[in-house]
Amino acid sequence: MNANDSQHLGRAIGALPPAPQAWVEAAAGLPRARRELDVLLERAQEDSVLRARLIADLESGLAESGLSPAPRLLTEARRRLRALPPA
Amino acid sequence: MTHPAESTDAVLVGRCRDGDDEAWRALVERFSRYVHAICTQGFRLAGADAEDAFQDVFAKVYEQLPRLRDDGAIRPWIAQLTRRTCIDRLRESGRETPAENVEPPGVDDLIPVLDEALSVREALATLSPACAEILDRFFARDESYRTIGEALELPPGTIASRISRCLEKLHAALEDRGADLRPEA
Repeated sequence: MNANDSQHLGRAIGALPPAPQAWVEAAAGLPRARRELDVLLERAQEDSVLRARLIADLESGLAESGLSPAPRLLTEARRRLRALPPA
Repeated sequence: MTHPAESTDAVLVGRCRDGDDEAWRALVERFSRYVHAICTQGFRLAGADAEDAFQDVFAKVYEQLPRLRDDGAIRPWIAQLTRRTCIDRLRESGRETPAENVEPPGVDDLIPVLDEALSVREALATLSPACAEILDRFFARDESYRTIGEALELPPGTIASRISRCLEKLHAALEDRGADLRPEA
């Protein structure tokens, strides 16, 4: 291996600095977040008070349930909330 | 069963599709730097825009993985998803009008560079954890010899020689994998 190889390898490693750990954790937790959202929306289907609270302020309602979803999941939650049949 | 982090892309994708949370985590960790680099270096997104694009990419990967036709082709697929997502983000943020070509110049040239960097990272993952960590800290995290020495409890005077030895091991690992590295003259 010569000096050019070393520099090239160093540049290749340096081309991919780490993404912020919190972002990685949020993305890695996506399956669990979706399952928890499913459970919450099932509850909201039966519980009109919970449903009203989620409709009024979805982000706070989700945060109270320990969920802090990414924008795309929020959009999906809103769509599914609107589509719920009346309790 | 092979640990998800050591699985090939195709095996990892199959396990994700089967609902294996550990495999999903490994997939996110494998591609997080790649997606982050395309968003921030290629499209120059920063702050909340970069974070939203990053999360959006992985949400799309999660949703659309069942429709991926070739499990081994996840890397170009993720690259394409990331490019589209970043373009959407630029348009939504109102910095460009939809009619314009919003992709910044240089993205086409950057993707092969990041592809090669990802291959180097895969080889890096086959080295001892100590070697992988010291190379990552020095080159990717831009840490000084002193910082590395303090974190790894090593005399700073030995860091340069350790980096050099680990680079040689990495080079050998890449040769074993048949990687086609093209150092510039």
